[in-house]
Amino acid sequence: MDNKYTLTINGKKQEVTAPEDMPLLWVIRDLLSMKGTKFGCGQALCGACTVHLDDKAVRSCSMPISAVGNKKITTIEGLSKEGDHPLQKAWVEHVVPQCGYCQSGQIMQAAALLKENRTPSGSEIEAAMAGNLCRCGTYNRIKEAILTASKS
Amino acid sequence: MLPKLPFFKTKEPKNQSKVFIPSRREFLKISSLVTGGFVMGINFQCAGPKGEVITFAPNVYINISSDNVITLIAHRSEMGTGIRTTLPMIVADEMGAEWSKVKIAQAEGDEEKYGDQNTDGSYSIRMFYEPMRLAGGTARQMLQAAAAAKWGVDVSECSTENSQVLHSSGKKIKFGDLVADMGKMEIPKPESITLKEFSSYKLIGKDVMIYDAKDMSTGKAIYGADVDLPNMQIAVIRRSPVVGAKVISFNDEKAMAIPGVNRVVKIEGAGNPPGLDKPLEGVAVIADNTWAAMKGRDALEIEWDLGENQTYSSSKQLEEMLKSTTGDGKLRRERGDFKAAQRNAGKRIERTYLAPFYAHATIEPPAAIAHYQGDGICEIWAPTQHPQWARQAVADALNIDLYNVTVNVTLLGGGFGRKSKPDFVVEAALLSKAAKSPVRVQWTREDDLHHDFLHAQSAQRIKATLDKNGNLSGWNHHTVFPAIGATASATELHPSDGELGLGCIDFPFDVPNIRIESHESKAHTRIGWLRSVSNIHHSFATNCMLDELAEAKGEDPVDFLSGLLGEDKNLNFEGEIKGQFGNYGESIEKFPLNTGRLKRVIEIVAKEANWKNAVAEGKAMGFAAHKSFLTYVACIVRVEKGADGKLLIPEVFYAVDCGIGVNTDRIRSQFEGGAQFATSLAMTSAITLENGKVQQNNFDGYEIIRMPQSPKKIHVHIVESMEKPTGVGEPPVPPYIAALCNAMYKLTGERIYQLPFKA
Ligand code: FES
Ligand code: FES
Repeated sequence: MDNKYTLTINGKKQEVTAPEDMPLLWVIRDLLSMKGTKFGCGQALCGACTVHLDDKAVRSCSMPISAVGNKKITTIEGLSKEGDHPLQKAWVEHVVPQCGYCQSGQIMQAAALLKENRTPSGSEIEAAMAGNLCRCGTYNRIKEAILTASKS
Repeated sequence: MLPKLPFFKTKEPKNQSKVFIPSRREFLKISSLVTGGFVMGINFQCAGPKGEVITFAPNVYINISSDNVITLIAHRSEMGTGIRTTLPMIVADEMGAEWSKVKIAQAEGDEEKYGDQNTDGSYSIRMFYEPMRLAGGTARQMLQAAAAAKWGVDVSECSTENSQVLHSSGKKIKFGDLVADMGKMEIPKPESITLKEFSSYKLIGKDVMIYDAKDMSTGKAIYGADVDLPNMQIAVIRRSPVVGAKVISFNDEKAMAIPGVNRVVKIEGAGNPPGLDKPLEGVAVIADNTWAAMKGRDALEIEWDLGENQTYSSSKQLEEMLKSTTGDGKLRRERGDFKAAQRNAGKRIERTYLAPFYAHATIEPPAAIAHYQGDGICEIWAPTQHPQWARQAVADALNIDLYNVTVNVTLLGGGFGRKSKPDFVVEAALLSKAAKSPVRVQWTREDDLHHDFLHAQSAQRIKATLDKNGNLSGWNHHTVFPAIGATASATELHPSDGELGLGCIDFPFDVPNIRIESHESKAHTRIGWLRSVSNIHHSFATNCMLDELAEAKGEDPVDFLSGLLGEDKNLNFEGEIKGQFGNYGESIEKFPLNTGRLKRVIEIVAKEANWKNAVAEGKAMGFAAHKSFLTYVACIVRVEKGADGKLLIPEVFYAVDCGIGVNTDRIRSQFEGGAQFATSLAMTSAITLENGKVQQNNFDGYEIIRMPQSPKKIHVHIVESMEKPTGVGEPPVPPYIAALCNAMYKLTGERIYQLPFKA
C-alpha cells in the first residue's frame, strides 16, 4: 500500500508517496530524482548507497522508507553547500576518484566517521571504511584524503 | 527532449551526413551548429586495433568560441583510467590552450566522425597520442598564422600560451578573437605541422588532475542510470538462469498486480551460442520505478527449457581440462626440440596451475536508457566502452538504419571489459520500443554476477627441464580455457592466436627448446574479456614456475629472470609461432618486444624494493615481470602476518616502462588500482557454476578486496622514456598476481598452484 511520508532531506522537507517497503535509495533516486547516491548491490554489502540519518552512515538500499521516521537525511548533494566539505576538498587534492562511482558512498561514510572521531588513526579509518567497496582500488588515496581532512 | 547534462554535446539530431569531410564550407556549417565559434575537424590517419589504417574523419573537434572558450571533444569512454582528461589534455598542450579553462564534451558513438571509440585493450593512448598532438598542432599553426596576418608580422615570431597568440614584441591576442579569420583559412596538411619540443610541454609528462574529480566528489557526475527522461519507465529482467535457456511459458498475473508495474515483455535470446552482442532470453517487468520493477520481477512465474547447459559443472570441467593437459595438444609455438631436452635433462620439473572464472563486478551494475521515438529513430544513453558496437547492435536488433541510432556515452562506473558488450543496451532499446516510452534497464548485482561475460577458468601444465649444469633447457607450456570466440561460435574449441599472444606464446626468454600447446574446451557460459584477459592466468603460471625454477637452480629469481632474457634484443618469434602473432594489434617492427626494456624494469624494481638486502633479512617478498599490452612491468610484493594472524600486504613496488608517460598521476593511479584489482583475483574472487547456474549472488559470495586487506604502500616507478607511449590500464594486473604468490611462498613455504588462494 502506498503511504505518504514527509522526509527532511538536505535540510528541505519533501513529501513522497511510496510503499512502506521501498528502500530509501529508490525514494531518493527515482522519486526525488537525486542521482548522487548510487546503487551497487542492494544488500548492504558495498556502501555505494551510503547516506546519513541524523549524522549516522546508513545503507539506503536496505533501509525501508517506513523506518526513516523523522530522522534528518543527508545525501552527498547536501554534505556541503559548495562541494567544499573538507573531505571533498581532500578528495580532489589527492585525486581519489578513478571511475568515481563508489565515491559518493565513500565520502558519506568518511564524513560520518569524522563526525564521530575527529582524528581517526589509520586502522580506525580502515575499520570504518571496510563496508565500502571500490573496484577501481582507490583505497590508499581514500585513506590519505581522510587523514588530510582530519587535519584541516 | 535532451536532459540537461553538462558533458553531452547538444546537437542537431538524426540523419547526419555519413562522412564528415572537413572542407571549409562544412566547417562553417558545423560552426553555426555549435556555438558560432570556430570548430575544427581534422582528418588524420592512424593505426586501428588490428594495425589497419583507419581514417579519422575527423577524430577531434576543437571548438574555439569567440568568447575564448575552448571545448575539446573526448571520444573515448571514461571508466576510471582518466582518458577523458588525458587525450584532450594532449590537444590543449600542443595548441597552447589554457587548460584550467578548457571544457570537455563527450562524443556520441560515431565511427565515421571519430575513428575508433572502442575503449579497450589499453590502446587509447597508444593509438591517439600522435593524432591528438597533430590536431593541437594544426590548431596552433592556424592560430599563429591568423595572428601573424592580422599583425603583419612573420609567423615564426608567433607562439601560443594560455589560449592566446603571443608575438615576440610582447603583443597578444586571444584565440577567440581569431575565430572569424580562421574560418577563412585552409587547413594545413598534416605533413606541414611542426610539433612542439617535448621539453616545452606543460601538461604532457606531468601529473594532471582529472577533469571530473570535483563532480565525482560531489555527486554531480552522471553515470548510466543517472539520466532522467520525461515519462521514463524502469525495466528489471529475469534472464535465463542457464545460458541458452528458453522461456516455455510465463505467468505475469502476480507481477502485474504490484502497484507501479505497467507491463511485462518477453525478450528473445539467441540461444546457444549466446553471442557477444545479444541479450539473453528473458522476461522484463516494466514499471514506474526501480523498486516496483524489482518486486514485479520477483513475482514472475516462468517455466524454462534449460537446454544443453543445465548439467554443466565448472568444477568438473576444470578437472577434465586439467586432465587433458597430460596429453599432446595443438602446437602453437615451437623452438628447438623439447622432447630431446627432456631426454637429456639433468632435472625435470612439472607443475600445474588452475584459475577460476572471474566476474567484472563493476560497482555500477549495467544500466542503459533507450528512447525509441518511432519512425525508426532511437536514442541511447549508456555507460558503454564501445558506443559504436552498441549503435550497430541496436540498429540490428530494431532493424533500423544505423544513422538513426544515437548513442550518448555517460561516465562508466567501472568497465574492465564488461561494458564493451552491448547486450544491456539492446535490452533497453527493445523494451523502449515495446513500451512506447523511454526505458531504463537496471541490472541488479545478482543479475550482474549471474549473467556476466566471464573471464574463462583455466588449467595449465608447465614442464621444464634443467640441463646437467642446472640451466633451463626446455619449456613446455600447456594451456586450456574456453575461448572468448566460443561465445559467438560453438566451433571454437581452442583459445585463439590472440588469446595465446597474451602472455603465453610470447614467452620472451632465451630457452633453447620451447613447445607451447593448447587443448580443447567448450564454453558453457558467456566468456568475455576482463582487465588484461588471458595474461591473468598465463602470467600466474609462467612467473610462478620461473620462481620455482630459479630456486631449483639455486639462483636469485631477479638474477635468474634477467639472465634468461639474454642480450638486449628485439624478438619477433620468427618461424616459431604457429598462426598469427597479434602483438596487441601493432606491427612487431613498430612495437618490438625488446628484452632490454624488460630487463631495465626488473633492475629498477629490485633497486627500489632494496630486494637483495630485504631477501637477505628474510623478508617475505615475491617478484615477477611481465610485458603486456606493449608495456613492460616488473613487480615486487611484500607480505607479512599481522598480529591477528591475517595476511598483510604492506608494500608493493612497480617499475613500468610505458614509453612516454603522458599523465603520470593517472599512470600511478592505474597501478595502485591494478594492484588492488589483482589482489581480489588472487585471493578473494571466483565464480563457479553448478547445473549451469552461477553459484554466487552478491558481494558476499563473490568477494572483492576491502580496505583492511588491501595492499598498502604502492610505489610506482615510471621509467623515463621517449619511446612511443603505451597503455597502462591492464598491464599492472598480470605480474602482481604471480609476485604475490611468490611472496606467499616465502612467507609460508608453500607454493600456490590454484587461484584464489586463502590466507
Ligand atoms: S547498494 Fe547499498 S550497500 Fe550496496
Ligand atoms: S572509483 Fe571506481 S569503484 Fe571506486
